[in-house]
Amino acid sequence: MTSLLDSKKNLLNPHVPRNFKAVLVICFIMLVLCVIASLVFGSRPVRFNELIDGLFHQNVDSYGANVVRKRVSRTIFSLFCGAALGVSGALMQAVTRNPIADPSILGVNTGASLFVVLGIAFLNITTANQYIWLALAGAAITAVFVFGIGSMGRGGATPLKLVLAGAATSAALTSLITAIMISRTYVMDQFRFWQVGSVGSANWSSIATFAPFLIIGIVIAIISAPALNALALGDELASGLGVRTGLLRLIAAVAAVLLCGATTALAGPIGFIGLLSAHTIRLMLGPDLRFVIPLSAISGAIILTVSDVTGRLIGNPGELEVGVVTAFIGAPLLILLVMRLKVSSL
Amino acid sequence: MKNNSVAFIKAGRRQRRRRWILVTGFLTLLSIILCCAMLILGNTIYPIEVVVRTLLGEQAQGVSFAVNTIRLPRMLAGLFTGFAFGLAGNTFQTILRNPLASPDVIGITSGSSAAAVFCIIILHASGAFISIASVIAGLATVIVIYLLSRGKSFSVGRIILIGIGIQAMLNAVVSYLLLVGAQQDIPEAIRWLSGSLNGSQMHELPPLIITVLVFAPIIIVLRKHLSMLELGEQSATSLGVNTNKTRITLIVSSVCMIALATATTGPIAFVAFLSGPIAKRLVGVGFSNVIPAGLVGVNLVLLADLIGQFAFEVRYPVGIITGILGAPYLIYLLIRMNRKGDL
Repeated sequence: MTSLLDSKKNLLNPHVPRNFKAVLVICFIMLVLCVIASLVFGSRPVRFNELIDGLFHQNVDSYGANVVRKRVSRTIFSLFCGAALGVSGALMQAVTRNPIADPSILGVNTGASLFVVLGIAFLNITTANQYIWLALAGAAITAVFVFGIGSMGRGGATPLKLVLAGAATSAALTSLITAIMISRTYVMDQFRFWQVGSVGSANWSSIATFAPFLIIGIVIAIISAPALNALALGDELASGLGVRTGLLRLIAAVAAVLLCGATTALAGPIGFIGLLSAHTIRLMLGPDLRFVIPLSAISGAIILTVSDVTGRLIGNPGELEVGVVTAFIGAPLLILLVMRLKVSSL
Repeated sequence: MKNNSVAFIKAGRRQRRRRWILVTGFLTLLSIILCCAMLILGNTIYPIEVVVRTLLGEQAQGVSFAVNTIRLPRMLAGLFTGFAFGLAGNTFQTILRNPLASPDVIGITSGSSAAAVFCIIILHASGAFISIASVIAGLATVIVIYLLSRGKSFSVGRIILIGIGIQAMLNAVVSYLLLVGAQQDIPEAIRWLSGSLNGSQMHELPPLIITVLVFAPIIIVLRKHLSMLELGEQSATSLGVNTNKTRITLIVSSVCMIALATATTGPIAFVAFLSGPIAKRLVGVGFSNVIPAGLVGVNLVLLADLIGQFAFEVRYPVGIITGILGAPYLIYLLIRMNRKGDL
């Protein structure tokens, strides 16, 4: 009884983790550094005065300054996408009560991709505004489907079942995508650039399309964080604490799908960001979602931007899509998490 | 009374043997029909006697080229990769006692294809070198998955999850290689990503054929030990199986076949995964499904290739057809395993 009271007190009173301020400061320093890196590095490196010209002197029209201006939109877009994917991952992990949950691992990104491809191939859809609704529908349907399969049978949604359901669904949808694309070269041309996941095609209008989804998703996530903390104790205990678990799951899942579906529509499927950012933050701050969710946004933005810069540097003179870089650093983390899981919880 | 029950058991065994012979015979017949169809069908349809005469060496305008240079290598490639994938996939699934633990689900095929792409793009190698590299990479992938999943207690679930992680990484490596590769190498490398019998050439086939002829008999000879391994470590040991030695022999043989098949046609999706369970359904329990699994693999690849070539206006590579057929089955299998609580 006392432990229950304690946990309830903890839920109500913000108990700020000891190193919260330090982590926050580190995150902001890294955020600034990676923004600068994203502006400076690329197939054409810029000098310091060009950077200043590009950012602050709108009337200067040198080549370097224009390169910087082009990179500004790309950087903002990659920060937005990273934040969205980070929060989406944290939400999915909380809703499924499962450490291995991420839009890409659960196949939600592939669902969004399939709908976009169908749209391009059969509905003559060409603009980002139209992509985004299709992608959201695809993401939502896939999320419901995967979670439905993953939570069947004894023990509910265990990591193994969820990941397998996600991988299987992903494989099924990928073969459909390939089959649709291979016979239609125009679809292939339009689709190929974001199939691997790239933020390189960003412009101001895609940022404007994306922003409302990002804001709505993150606001819902932050509001539902305390209740999600209660959910972490188990459905029965959460109900006992006055949480309507079904409604909460629905709202949080909608927010997660909004965030990752919108990202996939505009940037293509980018994997593992949710896994990487949420677990890094949890390692430093502990499991309290009121802190994990906002900081996952920041760390997601950092990780995606750093991956984008890395992709530009190692792909020089071209660039390596950011989705490839995140898969390469994210997959080892997945393996590590699996190794640490107990057999009984698989 | 005692005689009665012995007779009963014998009758059951006869019945199962009859079923096994029936299934295997049917699958063999179907394979032969499909092989003939691969040779007969195409842009021009040749009657069977023309095909046979051409194969026996008679020269004829157009026919010789179409049959000997294009259709025969394609048919042989399909035949041997199908057999290799089916047999090896079934071996993995039986040893790990889980249909999901097939080489294409746990990333062994990805290891081989990543090595093949690396050889083509970075080392500009060809032929035997690619085969050797993909075998080594396949074995290395198995060892890495094994070491990472060892932990305190053994769990197939962990092997599968780690395999999926490894696969994601290897796919990222392949994407990177395709990016840094020179334009002229890309089309050749793309084949290692989807699996296709297009452009199979006679001189590329010997390594695969030799490997299958060497390792398939090993697995077939060991099929009874394989069935005993499926009963579990303790039962197998008490039945007189040297479990570690048998397991290593079986896994090395399977990986060699998988790697060579992958190096020849690319990873044809889900053939390794599907063959075992389908064969088991057909044969039932009590008789080894090793040979039927290989035959199911052959039939899947050849049938899917024929569908891909002729059923639609566009020609689809075989890997896409098997992908579309196999993925729903994978989902169905997952649903069934979840319901039964096998996972």
